[in-house]
Amino acid sequence: MEIFLQQLVNGIVLGSIYALVALGYTLVYGILGLINFAHGDIVMIGAMVTLAVVHFLSGTGLPGPALVGIGVLVAAIVCMALGYLVERIAYRPLRDAPRLAPLITAIGVSILLQNLAMMIWGREYLSFPPLFQSGSFTFSGVSISPIQILILFASGAMMGALSWMVKRTRLGNAMRATAQHPEVATLLGVDSNLIISITFVIGSALAAVAGTMVGAYYGIAHYDMGFMLGLKAFTAAVLGGIGNIEGAMLGGILLGVIESMGAGYLGALTGGVFGSNYQDVFAFFVLILVLVFRPSGLLGEQVGERP
Amino acid sequence: MRNTIKAFILAIAAMLAACAKHSTDSELLIRIGSAAPLTGPQSHLGKDNDNGVRMAADDLNVKGIVIGEKKAKVVILSEDDQADPRTATIVAQKFVDEEVAGVIGHFNSGTSIPASRIYSDAGIPQISPSATATSYTHQGFKTTFRVVTNDNQQGHALAVFATRVAKRIAIIDDSTAYGRGIADRFEQDVKSMGANVVAHEYTNDHATDFTAILTSIKGKQPDLLFYGGMDAQAGPMMRQLRNLGLNVLFLGADGSKSPEFIRLAGGAAEGAYASAPGIPLESMPGGRDFEKRFTAKYGKIQLYSPYSYDATMAMVAAMEKAGSIDPSVYLPYLAKSDYSGVTGKISFDRNGDILKGAVTIFQVKDGNWKAVSTL
Repeated sequence: MEIFLQQLVNGIVLGSIYALVALGYTLVYGILGLINFAHGDIVMIGAMVTLAVVHFLSGTGLPGPALVGIGVLVAAIVCMALGYLVERIAYRPLRDAPRLAPLITAIGVSILLQNLAMMIWGREYLSFPPLFQSGSFTFSGVSISPIQILILFASGAMMGALSWMVKRTRLGNAMRATAQHPEVATLLGVDSNLIISITFVIGSALAAVAGTMVGAYYGIAHYDMGFMLGLKAFTAAVLGGIGNIEGAMLGGILLGVIESMGAGYLGALTGGVFGSNYQDVFAFFVLILVLVFRPSGLLGEQVGERP
Repeated sequence: MRNTIKAFILAIAAMLAACAKHSTDSELLIRIGSAAPLTGPQSHLGKDNDNGVRMAADDLNVKGIVIGEKKAKVVILSEDDQADPRTATIVAQKFVDEEVAGVIGHFNSGTSIPASRIYSDAGIPQISPSATATSYTHQGFKTTFRVVTNDNQQGHALAVFATRVAKRIAIIDDSTAYGRGIADRFEQDVKSMGANVVAHEYTNDHATDFTAILTSIKGKQPDLLFYGGMDAQAGPMMRQLRNLGLNVLFLGADGSKSPEFIRLAGGAAEGAYASAPGIPLESMPGGRDFEKRFTAKYGKIQLYSPYSYDATMAMVAAMEKAGSIDPSVYLPYLAKSDYSGVTGKISFDRNGDILKGAVTIFQVKDGNWKAVSTL
């Protein structure tokens, strides 16, 4: 039972990182119908920038959490600028092109960002200095480390703020209007170009935070860390129903828990036929099942093709 | 005008011809291939091997070599195999096409094994300074050698050590030829020595998240966790292990025994054990001197540079004895090598494995690997 709860905690922590990244995919998809494959690499840039800032400031004697705070702030600004640039340069000129064109551009941007990171930070695994006190709190056999708690709170707060913003503010209204029908929204006085830019910028800020979390949690950053993470988060977004904000959160957390449970129990359940090395396979298997029975995802609605 | 150009080209051609003739006349070029991952997560270890080979070449050239009464000069051709089996075969083919006299490499077992067939077909001797998978030298090729202890010997020594300090043992491997090989051997040996293997989990050599499998292992309550794999995974694994509050002994094999492991694990590395083939640097006959000279030239020794240095030296020594750099002529001399190197005596058994290979267990103390015992 303790182990089950421990796997659940691990899964939820991992899942809340997936959820943050998945939100970036789902926000952009909701508004543009574009799968922004470069999003995973924005996450990677976020981790790299935070790491660079932490290294730069490590001589100043500031405490670990303060270093990360400054790092994540700088990373968020860099990623927001990057997100804006990517949209402006790579996607906006293709707004009216066939849907395949921006998709391929997105893959191109992803490769570009990876190579850029490789040139700046090299190909080696970079180590995050231990910034938070190691060790963990134990509640009836389940241990949770300070950084896990921080990840849970930070991602929860960001998801809550995002939900509130989309549902309750004028900006959120404009975003939803643009998502429903860009031209009509423009007729009603919404600057849809601005809204699309803002969407990218918000998604990138979330990505910067997620990147920092991944780096600090696993203690490692690497130029291709964004690829698999992006793929998983995209899976999470599809699992929850792409385009749906609550869906991305649910899908992310669900995927994290499924993976964790899969790695923990797959061996025992199948009598050793499939070991923990099948943990990724298990996650994608669940995705396929969901898509077979609910093609629009768990919380996705059946919507008509956009005119 | 045209005549001038013609004359000019002729003059240059004549000069080039003279140069070429000059070098073949007075100096024999010994071209040796060095193959290791020079990019990617294992590049620090690959470059370490390559630097060992280069230092050997520099030392030989300074000392001066005579082969068959001809002055000779060693030239190293380095290639990056990216620790990838497919790239390794391309690199091997390239060396064969360039007609190198011998190859020092590859770094990994997974790359040395596919490449060894190509070298064997071409009759080019290959000495790996670091490939430890037992099967590498057991394919029946006459051209494959290694100067490190193989995984059978190492897995056995690890098992002896593990059963001394623990009863309940958990194992993780990275599903590569090396990691899986040594983990399986370790599992077999600890079982036969009466220990209880409570779990054997798998990851891969690009993974960063081990929390799920570590949690599952935590439930089995082991005293010791053995990891068969490289430092890029072992470091973060160690960190996550401590974050999960799992207070077990950590034991790695040679792939984990590097300064990089300590760096990646952060403070969590303290107390971790790992083995390395051979004897500790400070006990090697020429260890101290080698360390001083290597560090001055290339920085900290990662793992196997003393071995790649010795492999190069032993290869050239065999050429000197044979009086030829022709692989078919000097190969028998290499097989009978009794070169005394930095790491000890380089002699091979009939498979090409190093004779009398030892294994040493190290532990991280105050942020450095310290030798604990030699088995």
